[in-house]
Amino acid sequence: MRLRYAPALTLALMLGPVLAGLAGTLLPAIGLFPALGGTAPGLAPLKALLGWPGLGPAVSLSLGTGLAATALSLVLTALIVGSWHGTRAFRWLEAALSPLLSVPHAAAAFGIAFLIAPSGWISRALSPWATGWTRPPDLLIVQDPWGLAMTLGLVTKELPFLLLMTLAALPQAQPRRSLTVAQALGYGRLTGWLKVVLPRIYAQIRLPVYAVLAYSMSVVDVALILGPNTPPPLAVQVMRWMTDPDLAQRFTAAAGATLQLALVAGALGLWRLGEGAAARLGRAWVAQGCRRHADGLGRRAALVLGALSAGAVLAGLAGLALWSVAGFWSFPDALPDTLTLRPWLRHGPELLEPALDTLLIAGAATALALALTLACLQAEQRFGLTPGARSLWLLYLPLLVPQIAFLPGLQTLALMAGADMGRGAVILGHLVFVLPYVFLSLGDPFRSWDRRQATIAAALGAGPARIFWTLRLPMLLAPVLTAAAVGFAVSVGQYLPTLLIGAGRVQTLTTEAVALASGGDRRLIGLYAIAQTAVVVLGFALAIAAPRLVWANRRGMRAG
Amino acid sequence: MNESGLILDKLTILRGDAPLVSLDLQIPPGEVVTVMGPSGVGKSTLLAAITGTLAPGFALRGGIRLDGQDLTALPPEARHVGILFQDDLLFPHLSVGANLAFGLNARIKGRAARRARVEEALAEIGLAGFAERDPATLSGGQKARVALMRMLLSEPHALLLDEPFSRLDAALRGQIRELVFSRARALGLPTLLVTHDAADAAAAEGRVIELAALD
Repeated sequence: MRLRYAPALTLALMLGPVLAGLAGTLLPAIGLFPALGGTAPGLAPLKALLGWPGLGPAVSLSLGTGLAATALSLVLTALIVGSWHGTRAFRWLEAALSPLLSVPHAAAAFGIAFLIAPSGWISRALSPWATGWTRPPDLLIVQDPWGLAMTLGLVTKELPFLLLMTLAALPQAQPRRSLTVAQALGYGRLTGWLKVVLPRIYAQIRLPVYAVLAYSMSVVDVALILGPNTPPPLAVQVMRWMTDPDLAQRFTAAAGATLQLALVAGALGLWRLGEGAAARLGRAWVAQGCRRHADGLGRRAALVLGALSAGAVLAGLAGLALWSVAGFWSFPDALPDTLTLRPWLRHGPELLEPALDTLLIAGAATALALALTLACLQAEQRFGLTPGARSLWLLYLPLLVPQIAFLPGLQTLALMAGADMGRGAVILGHLVFVLPYVFLSLGDPFRSWDRRQATIAAALGAGPARIFWTLRLPMLLAPVLTAAAVGFAVSVGQYLPTLLIGAGRVQTLTTEAVALASGGDRRLIGLYAIAQTAVVVLGFALAIAAPRLVWANRRGMRAG
Repeated sequence: MNESGLILDKLTILRGDAPLVSLDLQIPPGEVVTVMGPSGVGKSTLLAAITGTLAPGFALRGGIRLDGQDLTALPPEARHVGILFQDDLLFPHLSVGANLAFGLNARIKGRAARRARVEEALAEIGLAGFAERDPATLSGGQKARVALMRMLLSEPHALLLDEPFSRLDAALRGQIRELVFSRARALGLPTLLVTHDAADAAAAEGRVIELAALD
């Protein structure tokens, strides 16, 4: 392959499916779908959508949970970093939260469901001595109609993401010097940070925040597990229409997907306006000159909430693991009577096939993403291309367009073309989401590699290819493997692309786990969720261990 | 006209459209010419022009010739211009021996012959038996000697020195400087030294050129 074409090819593979999918969604939304008899444009799909009685609540849920989850995650991130960055407590929080980024959304959501359900661990821990319950109370905690459980579940996963993005943006803002100046002027740590550092940081984490908003508004797997059912958030209903045996429902689905796209676009616009308002309020607050604004309370709250968020996911995972090996476990016992491997022995074999498919799809998508990313970065460096702000937007585009808005369109197009959508198509579908993360993870370390190394090597007579393969790539082994682990985790966690592009015929650990949500077999759910998490964790463990083993005798490779 | 050595023929380096550095210079084999000047005047850019690694946004006018051959059309790896930087820049993932083998001219064929040449080179700089060592475990002076030897093994036809002694402590500095200059003279290499240190310039015993900002 010619290196020069790598960026164009990468863009095509990443954005082509998004744009094609959007077209494939918009056309049926106005009644055009020849294979199903839709040959003339019309408003019938829109009317069918508006005729659905659940539309109002579904739209409110999408907006409410999305905006609330994003705002909560962002506020909590700012409070945690502002209060504690540079302290021992922060290192502890960071160590607890960072690995949670890799936990698949579905597994985290199941874990939290196990924790807060009426028969969950919290209720068991308080029963019967505090609550008097000897049977699980008849309360709708999980899947509550307001989407509170779902919002909380989203926050526990988005908090680590925004936290890491903030940490990556911090060095450029040189927070220590600004904070020292602010503190010398008598500002409290948190108030000072919010006034002088946050405005600069926010400009840099804006795109990740937008991605969180778009994701939270249109997520399907978390909504199936923690969100309400009747009616569900809009994205879930679109997926139901999409998978309805009555093919005529595809028109309604397309109209719903288009509405979801408009909702996300509108919410992003609203958020943008909110940024302006917040900036004005913030400037007024800065001009007031007050030195501390409930600093102590804010700092304690940040620590407690951050720990709670991390604790919820970790306890949830522990609960999943325990259920997967639980023998008889009756309410309100906090622990099962016996432990047994029987669920694993009995269901292990049926786990094998989706597990292998998961590995195959994630491995292939990651390998492709890694090759394309490295080729792009190498081309960027060889031909002196300078990536601008626009290329960052392009990278984020697949994360800003809701999955549910363009994946149905892809399926529609495939149906029209009569294409067989098997594993290969699913791999390409995953690539759309794996690429941005691999690129974002690898870009900075790749670009910050000391170019003088390349100059020296060229002066010694080494050509670009030799420099890349024998110097740059081996020296960047650790960040390359980390990027691979991130991409692998992203692929493993994909639910909707696997379901819709695979047309229900490709099963991964994630699709199987989410499919169990309605069944309520806790042992089986625990089993699948733990298997799903284990695959991802194993990837990260390898990414961390391999460079240490390979470069065990090279001290210079451990410094950075 | 004698074309041997390194010739910067009415060389002007431009950043965008603005001239940054202008130089007209012939360095005969074995002479060390020193270029001095304040930071930001374009000394490192001048070296990048000669190695062929100018960053995008820079352009050059005029010619760069080495022993009569025009370098400007050649890619960096075909120029036979060796360079030493302030940092030793030994490749951290390769052993000391592999670092030298990376530099060793491909003309020398055969695993045994190449290994023997590397061992010999190590002995020349007083590091016999260091082939398997991790470069990070060497002292500053040892690293500097390996970096020099790695460059010499590629059999360059000219030598560029980008403040290569400034990170070394005073005692080591004179010693390494002497080693580099004596080698360059013995091999008859035209050498261009960029430095802030007048002592470096004096030890070079060649012409000293003061670069000044053009604008």
